[in-house]
Amino acid sequence: MSIVARMAEMSDAKELLDITGAHIDSTVYIGEAGLEFAERLASLGAKVAVPTTLNVSGLDEHHWQEWSVPSEWARQAYRQMVAYRSMGTIPTWTCAPYQTEMRPSFGQQIAWGESNAIIFANSVLGARTERYPDLFDICCAITGRAPAIGLHLPENRGGEILFQLIDIPAALQESDDFYPVLGNLIGKAALDNIPVIDGMAVTPDEDQLKAFGAGAASSGGVSLFHMVGVTPEARTLEVAFLGKQPIQTIEVTMNTLRASRRELTHTDDNQLDMVVLGSPHFSLAEFKRLAPMLKGKRRHPDVKFLVTSSRAMTQLAQKAGFLETLDSFGAQITVDTCILTSPMLPAEIQNLMTNSAKFAYYTPGLLGKKIAFGSLEDCVNSAVAGKIVRDETLWQI
Amino acid sequence: MADLAFQGRVIIRGQVFGAALVSPEPLSFWGGYDWRTGEIIDRRHTLSGSNAKDKILVIPFTRGSSTTTAVLLEAIRARTAPAAIITTDTDFFFALASVVAEELYGLPLPLVALTASDFAKLHTDDEIHILEDGKVIVHRTE
Repeated sequence: MSIVARMAEMSDAKELLDITGAHIDSTVYIGEAGLEFAERLASLGAKVAVPTTLNVSGLDEHHWQEWSVPSEWARQAYRQMVAYRSMGTIPTWTCAPYQTEMRPSFGQQIAWGESNAIIFANSVLGARTERYPDLFDICCAITGRAPAIGLHLPENRGGEILFQLIDIPAALQESDDFYPVLGNLIGKAALDNIPVIDGMAVTPDEDQLKAFGAGAASSGGVSLFHMVGVTPEARTLEVAFLGKQPIQTIEVTMNTLRASRRELTHTDDNQLDMVVLGSPHFSLAEFKRLAPMLKGKRRHPDVKFLVTSSRAMTQLAQKAGFLETLDSFGAQITVDTCILTSPMLPAEIQNLMTNSAKFAYYTPGLLGKKIAFGSLEDCVNSAVAGKIVRDETLWQI
Repeated sequence: MADLAFQGRVIIRGQVFGAALVSPEPLSFWGGYDWRTGEIIDRRHTLSGSNAKDKILVIPFTRGSSTTTAVLLEAIRARTAPAAIITTDTDFFFALASVVAEELYGLPLPLVALTASDFAKLHTDDEIHILEDGKVIVHRTE
């Protein structure tokens, strides 16, 4: 409580408010300090006061030995899992907690960590959370309280920067790779402001919005966006801006989108060792889209094909019969974690490809590996071809 | 030789002296700061490849991951953190890492916010003295 109170004071909060849910990003194992913090709380008998989901951990609890995770590292990461599990939390181990039964509702006050989860909960669901860091999310969960600041308060949720789509063909807007590219562009330009996107010709589905948000929350500090006619607080442009004028208007053209798409690729050749999908964690709907693309095909023997997801989604995908198709293709699945939060990739894997802006953004820095960005279909075709191949048709218009 | 002085707003109190490492671009410490060495590792960032250990890191605010706080806490514990961080506003992520570092290790990281116009006057390699009251004194060899 002293940490919550001190941070509330520092952020000029007039009061604390009650929250009814939390999502803990502090589960990600980084090193000794984070573990000491978790074990200190656990040893004091800390218990969460509200329903609390857990973000990814540092290892796939039951399958980490199939990868290159050092055992000492695994032991520490596992201690951190145990500490957070002991606090009365729900061990979801996923960065997409909004796609579990703990999905928040419109207007619900919550304290969430994990940048992609924060932006999704605020923007797509209309729940209310500030952009909370690791270590603070758990303090809020234990106390059931959060500072009454920022995005918790309706008057602070109005748009700030208008992004106007100019002549972006509907066919591109229907394509899944449009969303991470747009997210990367908008995050970089909006920084920590609230962007409003106007001019959509199609209604994106939930996983497209998830991919957009993850991109914007990686290249920028965006924790809430409005998409006019799509997201719940943006029925009209005026509503999205709460009747105020935008502080800036930025045009989104095919040229700026192409530049953003190029930025997501951090390699200059077509070598490929592994395709990785699932940041944020793959949903049932994404497994359903992927499975038919893989049917009757087999990955190139030199290319691994990995999907990262949650235990719950993977079980649903199994029940639905999608995993047999993935298995015949030669795909592997990792749950509880991902390539960025677990040192699971062997050194010989140097050239990656993904359909995720978040993987694309963080891989060069965190893993020191090369990565190319493409659509889901590009990723599948590349895994079969054994090298990076991309369909440029929709991007050349 | 030139001395400039700015009155900053104290976020976490402390007196430090160090060389400035400045960027107008926000930074995520997760995927952006190697806590084992202090190197800036966001390969798309203007400071990529620089080392911020014991420097006065001058960046407007954090972007991206919630894990920034955890990474900064590790760096403070490993003694690879910047000596202080200057931002343009209270950055909740840095402030929390500093508060927790004080609770766990008695090692608060001094944090000061400057107005955007004062912030823009700082340059990399300026020698910066941060005082307890938030005053930022800049010594620049020209």
